[in-house]
Amino acid sequence: MTPGAFEYHRPNTVEEALALIERFGDEGKVLAGGHSLVPMMKLRLAEPAHLIDINAVGGLRGIRGEAGAIVIGAATTQSEILNSGMLLEKCPILPEAAAQIADPQVRNCGTIGGNCANGDPGNDDPAIMMVLDASYVLRGPIGERQVSARKFYQGVYTTALEENELLIEIRIPAPAKGAGMAYRKLKRKVGDYAIAAAAAVLSMSGGRCTDAAIAITNVGDTALFVPAAANALQGTPVDATAIAAAAQAVMAAAEPVEDLRGTVEYRTAMAGQMTRQAIASALSRAVGS
Amino acid sequence: MASQKISLTINGEPVEAEVEARTLLIHFLREERRLTGPHIGCETSHCGACTVDLNGKSVKACTVFAVQADGGDVLTVEGLAKGAELHPLQEGFVEHHGLQCGYCTPGMLTRAYRLLQENPNPSDEEIRMGISGNLCRCTGYQNIVKAIRYAADKINQAEGAEG
Ligand SMILES: Cc1cc2nc3c(=O)[nH]c(=O)nc-3n(C[C@H](O)[C@H](O)[C@H](O)COP(=O)(O)OP(=O)(O)OC[C@H]3O[C@@H](n4cnc5c(N)ncnc54)[C@H](O)[C@@H]3O)c2cc1C
Ligand code: FES
Ligand code: FES
Repeated sequence: MTPGAFEYHRPNTVEEALALIERFGDEGKVLAGGHSLVPMMKLRLAEPAHLIDINAVGGLRGIRGEAGAIVIGAATTQSEILNSGMLLEKCPILPEAAAQIADPQVRNCGTIGGNCANGDPGNDDPAIMMVLDASYVLRGPIGERQVSARKFYQGVYTTALEENELLIEIRIPAPAKGAGMAYRKLKRKVGDYAIAAAAAVLSMSGGRCTDAAIAITNVGDTALFVPAAANALQGTPVDATAIAAAAQAVMAAAEPVEDLRGTVEYRTAMAGQMTRQAIASALSRAVGS
Repeated sequence: MASQKISLTINGEPVEAEVEARTLLIHFLREERRLTGPHIGCETSHCGACTVDLNGKSVKACTVFAVQADGGDVLTVEGLAKGAELHPLQEGFVEHHGLQCGYCTPGMLTRAYRLLQENPNPSDEEIRMGISGNLCRCTGYQNIVKAIRYAADKINQAEGAEG
């Protein structure tokens, strides 16, 4: 299984990368970790004439804290996310999700930017970025813009990313102190995409939920942000009734297709189940209850 | 399509070669370099039989292009033994019956080698997660875990004796 022929480019700066992207247009493809793109190229589902490898581009890699935000470079690998002490302390849902993505070898190559830009509904990071209210910093020939993760995904492999843009970094508002967060994923084996998965973030004060966000993976054309599920928790003690209502809202929003991972009914029910588990786990981690 | 010059280190030896950009690292190693230790099991990034070390990290060589290894450092299973002296991992696989057909073994060994660099004294659970990208259709994994445990203990003892 050898991919079609292409020319390989390894730019060292964002400017060089953008110039190559602009020059080759729809003949070119950005290569990050390659662990979604190369399998597609082997199957000849993608046949770019030019590959623009961004792994040598300076400044695209790393995790840093800024005033009120966590910023992650697009070419940061899943292994780096998994092993980040800073994220473990400040945003533990990211390493928790990374541990559930693929396997060690794939995580050594696969990048967070590739996971978010790819547009496959099976990717786990988009739902995480939705509950964290992250923004994607996209740079093109005429400058930079930010798009909310909640607005980025339009359909299977269709996103707000323009053909001549590069995802530079992901900006995550620093999670509220004491917020609890969790990602629950049901899969058949290590390295499998989700049958269904759910991400939950919630804050508690005086025994009541003051803020919540819920999103689900692989039960629709894109990851789905489900405000109705969060609303079902707001102002409640997040008791069994509230959790059941949130799961109900998720099941109403889910639109899975039947495939090897199960029937529509099963995957819808599992989206509800993963939501219940994610909420219960986030609640147990929230400080301030 | 024009080929491209690459230079890299393989098992400690400097190598220069010309490759097509689309040549996968696994094909370059097996077909050009005749390093047939790393196997091709699935060719779809799932089985881990093609695992090698690239710049100090385990990767699946069927999902990396040879051009990406330009300037890099590659270790295959052929680089584990020192002459006739087996690496403690290889010894562990012999002692503990860590293989049957042997197809997964080169990938298991190179992956376990890196795992023990990253985590010299892993728990059985950490070993299992560490090799979760390597499939074995024969052993049921029990003896592979024992073999890696054996190697970890042996390496740690040797280092303890030195230190
Ligand atoms: C065996 C296996 C199991 C897997 N399991 C999971 C799983 O459980 N969950 C999961 O989420 N994923 C899984 N994956 C996919 C893996 O996480 C990929 O690494 C990820 O989807 C894509 O990231 P990448 O860095 O490899 O990107 P690439 O494959 O290099 O690129 C993917 C796409 O994004 C574009 N792109 C990449 N970076 C940028 C950028 N900075 N700006 C603009 N466009 C960009 C590329 O042009 C390409 O179209 C699995 C993959 C394998 C091989
Ligand atoms: S041959 Fe590379 S993972 Fe199976
Ligand atoms: S020993 Fe046969 S596949 Fe592992």
